[in-house]
Amino acid sequence: MTVIDESAPVKSVKAKHGGPSQLDPVGQQTHRALAAIPTWVLWGLVVVWTIPSVGLLVNSFRPKSQQLSSGWWTAITDPSFTLDNYRQAMFDMPGGYVSFGKALLNSFAIAIPATVVPILIAAAAAYAFAWMPFKGRSWLFIAVVAMMAIPLQMALVPLLQLYSGGAHMTLFGQTFTIFPDLNLNNKPIAVWLTHTAFGLPLAIFLLHNYISSLPGDVFEAATIDGANHFGIFWRIVLPLCKPALAAFAIFQFLWVWNDYLVALIFLAGNKDASPLTIQLVNLVTSKGSGTELLPSAAFISMIVPLIIFFSMQRYFVRGLLAGSVKG
Amino acid sequence: MAKLVLDGINKIYENGYHAVHDLSLDVADKEFLVLVGPSGCGKSTALRMVAGLESITSGTLKIGDRVVNDVHPKDRDIAMVFQNYALYPHMTVGENIGFALKLKRTPRAEVEERVREAARMLELEEWLDRKPGQLSGGQRQRVAMGRAIVRRPSAFLMDEPLSNLDAKLRVQMRADIAKLQRNLGVTTVYVTHDQVEAMTMGDRVADKRKGYLQQVDDPQGLYDRPDNLFVAAFIGSPAMNLLEATVAQEDDALHLAFPAGRIRLSDTVLAAHPALRDRVGAVIAVGIRPEDLYDPAERPGHPDDQIINGVVDLREALGSDLMVHFTAEANRVVVEDVREESELAVTSAGSALHAAPLVARFWPRSTVREGDRVPVAVDTERLHFFDLATRLAIWS
Repeated sequence: MTVIDESAPVKSVKAKHGGPSQLDPVGQQTHRALAAIPTWVLWGLVVVWTIPSVGLLVNSFRPKSQQLSSGWWTAITDPSFTLDNYRQAMFDMPGGYVSFGKALLNSFAIAIPATVVPILIAAAAAYAFAWMPFKGRSWLFIAVVAMMAIPLQMALVPLLQLYSGGAHMTLFGQTFTIFPDLNLNNKPIAVWLTHTAFGLPLAIFLLHNYISSLPGDVFEAATIDGANHFGIFWRIVLPLCKPALAAFAIFQFLWVWNDYLVALIFLAGNKDASPLTIQLVNLVTSKGSGTELLPSAAFISMIVPLIIFFSMQRYFVRGLLAGSVKG
Repeated sequence: MAKLVLDGINKIYENGYHAVHDLSLDVADKEFLVLVGPSGCGKSTALRMVAGLESITSGTLKIGDRVVNDVHPKDRDIAMVFQNYALYPHMTVGENIGFALKLKRTPRAEVEERVREAARMLELEEWLDRKPGQLSGGQRQRVAMGRAIVRRPSAFLMDEPLSNLDAKLRVQMRADIAKLQRNLGVTTVYVTHDQVEAMTMGDRVADKRKGYLQQVDDPQGLYDRPDNLFVAAFIGSPAMNLLEATVAQEDDALHLAFPAGRIRLSDTVLAAHPALRDRVGAVIAVGIRPEDLYDPAERPGHPDDQIINGVVDLREALGSDLMVHFTAEANRVVVEDVREESELAVTSAGSALHAAPLVARFWPRSTVREGDRVPVAVDTERLHFFDLATRLAIWS
């Protein structure tokens, strides 16, 4: 048997490239130093932007007396920490406030439906706009996207009237009810509906771009395999859209979680249902009592967005489409 | 299992483009029919109409005995393999193959059994838990096949399933698919632009051009008796040499007159193509397959009046044969729209007036050299004759 060795050594050819390697040693050093400047500027910005948050974090663990008498940096030389602020804020608010443990649940009760509902509606709408031909499709799509221009503030009063009185129209002496009086005000559903309505245009726009770039062959294959539009949407489009859904979910969730205005207008009258943001502001305006709990309360409200972001950010980068078609 | 009948099918798009003209085809039960033609000839559109992905403008489509013009794709009992495979990227190989069964609410045990069976046939068993993204091109292609066969449909539709594979794999998959189709005995319509695929795989081949069906026959029939210039030029590799020639009468015998000289037509040729007698004085197109041009030294005794002279441009030694590219004094007939554009540009370049590039298949021991002026023997019995105006073959 003859074995032919094809792994004979091949002389490596060093790539010749211009730039710093051709400079003298001093020039090289200068080049390297200059090239590092952007990195150092970035690090500087990171530090400057992070310091207030670090201060807040340190303070949240310091007892009330020290918080009021000295700056957070004294903790470096004279460390004395307690978890008492967190315990009080979570479970035992002074002065008759709703505890932050309860407010945290309220925030979840608002943010989760106000994220999931618009995403499902938007994904279905985006699929229809992208892959279901019907008359006036492009005009309707433009109209939906144009709604992004409507300012939320402008709609607050009409929406409040809609939720607490319904919408009625009087024509030729006849009164028609367009939207019944469901007495939604001061209930979480009012906040869900508002966030859903104002989140939809952007969500439809983003998801439409993503869904229309999916390979049409895959939908055709699914059609022949026996899937109807709903089946294609549920079994093919939604799983393939995960990165886009996750990206939008993060935006929407953070937006709703940090929202103050909508909650204030539609939910402030209902203490037992109001979210963290409302409670946090109440704490600031409470003139003395409980202000030492502010840093810890702020961190309780921050921890959820942080977890959400870090747990879902991989969807930003993962290309789920790899391998569906040759390319 | 079922036959497939297309009767006068037309496709006219909303913008008025007429993609498929009066296509009538009968595909017998268990037959492997290949639809072949250059890009834009409407072959994919025709297939997509059979699949139900495109509406049928007019005509009747029957699968089995049922008219399915307006039947939803999933109820047509067909399976399709796409050029890009169109696998579901988020599902494993097993889920991809079993998707159709799952949608039909087939019991889980049966789905598993049938997926395994398909995977065994396609040698995919060890890959069942992988995602398509982790597979090679050939494996993805087999998954696409698996998705089709697991459904046991009454017909397979394949839209250029091999065009994304590299040349070597394509040759192997060509044989695999043909074998699989024969084992399963499922009626198959296979679309390709590659005439080699068409010739090697099909029981019958249907040749299309610009929306019109040109000829349907078994591969050898298409090769030996092309109905028109287009089919003659399209089928065969290297392509048939096509030259202009004047039919001349001289001493009782008919000749083909080229600027390079004359070729006498024997009585057997005239018996097979009696209509040639009516064309004395007319210019016709003559088709010569490369293997019908050979080295006179290969067959001693070849008549002297059946030889054409040319200058050798290039010799390609293939081992078994010697492909000789030579230029003869003759006018070439160019059939547009046969090859891909780039290829056409290459072959037509440098063909000046009275200088036609020809390809001949010489025996490997031929001693011709590049630059030589050599005699090339013509097998007149196997010439093809076409009318230049109608482009149809001249027989009787």
